[in-house]
Amino acid sequence: MSGSPIPAPDSAAVTCPFCGLVCDDLVVTGTPDAPEVRASGCPTAANGYGQRARSDGPRIAGRPATLAEAAAEAARLLRGARRPLFGGLATDVEGARAAGRLADRTGGVLDHMNGAAAVRNLLVLQDGGWITTTLSEIRNRCDLLILAGGDVTPRFPRFFERTIGARETLFGDRPGCDVVFLGHGPSKGTTLRGAVEVIGCDVPALGDAFGVMRALLAGRPVDADAAAGMPIAVWRKLVERMRTATYGVIAWAAPDFDFPHAELTIQALCELVKDLNRATRFSGLPLGGSDGDVTADAVALWQTGFGLRAAFGGGAPEQDLHLNATERLLATGEADVLVWIASINATRLPPATTTPTIVLGHAAMTVAREPAVFIPVGTPGVDHAGHLFRTDRVVALPLFPVRSSTLPSVAQALSAIEAALGGGG
Amino acid sequence: MLLRLAGGRVYDPAHGVNGEIRDLYVRDGRIVAAPGPDERVDQSYDLTGRVVMAGAIDMHTHIGGGKLNIARAMLPEDHRSDPRARSPLTRGSCGHAAPGTFATGYRYAEMGYTACFEPAILPVNARQAHLEMGDTPMVDKGGYVMLGSDDFLLRLMASGAEQRLINDYVAWTLHATRCIGIKVVNPGGISAFKFNQRRFELDEKHGFYGVTPRDILRVLSRAVHELGVPHPLHVHSSNLGLPGNADTTLGTIQAAEGLPIHLTHIQFHSYGTEGARKFSSAAARIAEAINATPNASCDVGQILFGQTVTASGDSMTQHRNSGLASPKKFVVMDIECDAGCGVLPFKYRDTNFVNALQWAIGLEVFLLVTDPWRVFLTTDHPNGAPFTTYPHLIRLLMDRTFRNERLGLVNADARALSTLASIDREYSLYEIAILTRAAPARILGITDLGHLGTGATADITVYRDEPDRERMFSTPEYVFKDGELIVRNGAVVKVTWGRYHTVEPAYDRGIERRLKEHFDRYQTIRAASLQISRDEMAAFGHGAEVRTHPCRRGTP
Repeated sequence: MSGSPIPAPDSAAVTCPFCGLVCDDLVVTGTPDAPEVRASGCPTAANGYGQRARSDGPRIAGRPATLAEAAAEAARLLRGARRPLFGGLATDVEGARAAGRLADRTGGVLDHMNGAAAVRNLLVLQDGGWITTTLSEIRNRCDLLILAGGDVTPRFPRFFERTIGARETLFGDRPGCDVVFLGHGPSKGTTLRGAVEVIGCDVPALGDAFGVMRALLAGRPVDADAAAGMPIAVWRKLVERMRTATYGVIAWAAPDFDFPHAELTIQALCELVKDLNRATRFSGLPLGGSDGDVTADAVALWQTGFGLRAAFGGGAPEQDLHLNATERLLATGEADVLVWIASINATRLPPATTTPTIVLGHAAMTVAREPAVFIPVGTPGVDHAGHLFRTDRVVALPLFPVRSSTLPSVAQALSAIEAALGGGG
Repeated sequence: MLLRLAGGRVYDPAHGVNGEIRDLYVRDGRIVAAPGPDERVDQSYDLTGRVVMAGAIDMHTHIGGGKLNIARAMLPEDHRSDPRARSPLTRGSCGHAAPGTFATGYRYAEMGYTACFEPAILPVNARQAHLEMGDTPMVDKGGYVMLGSDDFLLRLMASGAEQRLINDYVAWTLHATRCIGIKVVNPGGISAFKFNQRRFELDEKHGFYGVTPRDILRVLSRAVHELGVPHPLHVHSSNLGLPGNADTTLGTIQAAEGLPIHLTHIQFHSYGTEGARKFSSAAARIAEAINATPNASCDVGQILFGQTVTASGDSMTQHRNSGLASPKKFVVMDIECDAGCGVLPFKYRDTNFVNALQWAIGLEVFLLVTDPWRVFLTTDHPNGAPFTTYPHLIRLLMDRTFRNERLGLVNADARALSTLASIDREYSLYEIAILTRAAPARILGITDLGHLGTGATADITVYRDEPDRERMFSTPEYVFKDGELIVRNGAVVKVTWGRYHTVEPAYDRGIERRLKEHFDRYQTIRAASLQISRDEMAAFGHGAEVRTHPCRRGTP
């Protein structure tokens, strides 16, 4: 159970749950009500730790209730449900495990609040695969970093600092790493060592550019003047840089590819990376992991064989990346109860729906429409211990509470609901 | 509560018991001596005519960790065709080649297995591997942690560090990652691939560090020995899958310089270059070398025909083979200046010359290695075949007629190049009990598993003695875990969670300062974040016991 804190091996440093980088070097001080990031911070961490609790305790239809009462009411709703949707899933490994257990038991569906973005990558993984790398490899090896879709620091503020920011590497001093932005350039105040190029291309048409670069790399003729709004010469020059880099990396954040069939763009990118690896080393880096999306997918994968958007209604899990989308299940009324889990960011509200909703929400959450049940829950890494996967799907970091808290973890709240469901299947 | 298992035919090679009719007694999860006349037996099973063995142990099976989860993510088609519905007792899960952890645990137990060891845990990914194994019900588990392409070790070696420091680092890694053994995969090759080296021979220098695979094998086998880790260095040799790699394998055995060495999935490393297609069996040479080298052991990594997925830390090899993926998709990753991985689905076909010869080579190794204590029954799940094929593999080993029938069905050119048809040997039940019980427990240094003597953990499997050994080993009649009945007639009747097995060799903690500095300077997590606490482990495993086995320091 995540509620019993595991003593931090090095209590001076704190691990931050508020984006997919899951930095483990923060210094957090202040009072329990107002923790403050004193070192290794960023705007996202400052906002995250600064979320002030508004909720006093659980509510049933807006009326105060005990956790046991709220759990009993949630269990009553789930008992009557034919296809409950366990959505949001912004929680730690322990919460994701508990959600999987409950979804299995109630014939539910698992989806994440970032599911639409995650699916863009999953479709590529299922269809063609990819060649990727992780943060420490970039930190030490990368000499050309390309950001497909533009700057990622609005979502991952310390990305440059933690990857290409360091001069000293395992393999000698790096004067700088060239950075190319495909889309919008660096945010104000971003400092980068090394040459910076901004290719202000049309991001939704980037798939064409990747296709052109694959053709150029293969020595095939290209019968076009431009791709993604930029002359072919631009792409010719870029692919030549990619080909001659020692260890190039192309990163993308799937949420930034918010256009129809973005998976085809990502696949074109990944196939270009595969082509480059015939002769040199070059890697992709899918950026995600925020709100526990990589965590929720990883846990569902190992438990069931399927990841997000798996449904348990038929007894055995079945995944459908399109049919089991939160938006669709709510719009069609197929989901008859929504369990919305949002323990990390108080602004990730449950979708507007008339479907009876049980919210396991951050204690600072203000809901627009009072749900059937609201249980304020603690945040992993703030109120209780837990584990989160980092963006690269490899490193699972332990999180430790920075304050003592009476809020239940998502795992505890879900276990209370499960217990209230009673024995048997 | 005293349990009697009465009148079964017992195979317990650890005690030289070869099919004798015996009663076994179990109390508080352990096997106990026959009770006195006054003691009351609470429950008795009549096992007349049944075959009784300890619970089986898979000492090399990829059941948990990052590359398996990538394989799961890549293969929805694998899962759709093999669902496992929930029951009031068990969770819904699925998957044939890359099953979910629940399906994995249930199916292993339903085949009479009670312990599984994950052989390729990357230090930075150890927490995930243990989380996944923690969610694998029914069986005990443990892992081998991968070193040999990590920049910390390669830097130490390149700087000419003393063996003592390397030993400290190896011991720290075992502690930090809560593993029971050390694995090396394509020694140095995963790192070399990051520098764009595409092949890495045993005596070739790493382009940046200047060390050779042989150097890495020498220092790691020595570290494992001097730290007193019971399990020998677990080696996935260089040049996996390449024609002619038998020479590399023989060189790898020599690289241990007389210290214990375990060569894993040796089938993939027993290839010659004879014949028109320049691909031939070198199983006889390899088996001869194993037979002549008492410090060497191997598991086979048998391939069996059908669809599977290959998941390996050997990114260099997996990338080289990526064009062979079926269906056509693959993942290759460079990971954290620590290691790497590669995953590609693969379909072994009996009509294919290479695949058919691989099948024959694996069986030749099984049948030509004379000491059953030094050859282990594995398919390198899922790389050679899913673990659910074990009963079929056992029949191939025990039934020469069946084996030759199958041989008659494979690619004729491969058949012509194999000596398999001329090998008469049939494994006995006693030998199968060695391969799958007694020997794995012994080579892991776990003294209370794999046998049925007084004091042993009461993990016991009971089979009907059927002439069709595949049928027999597919559905045991009873499986007991810690003395409790968990499987009856091949179906789970009680869910348990097993325990973790680890070792914690002593080391000089001075190494921690170096590691902290290394991580702070070059890595993107702190060294402290890599370390897994015992409490975490227990929580991962649903309250599982974390059992630490003793290390007996060898002479430096």
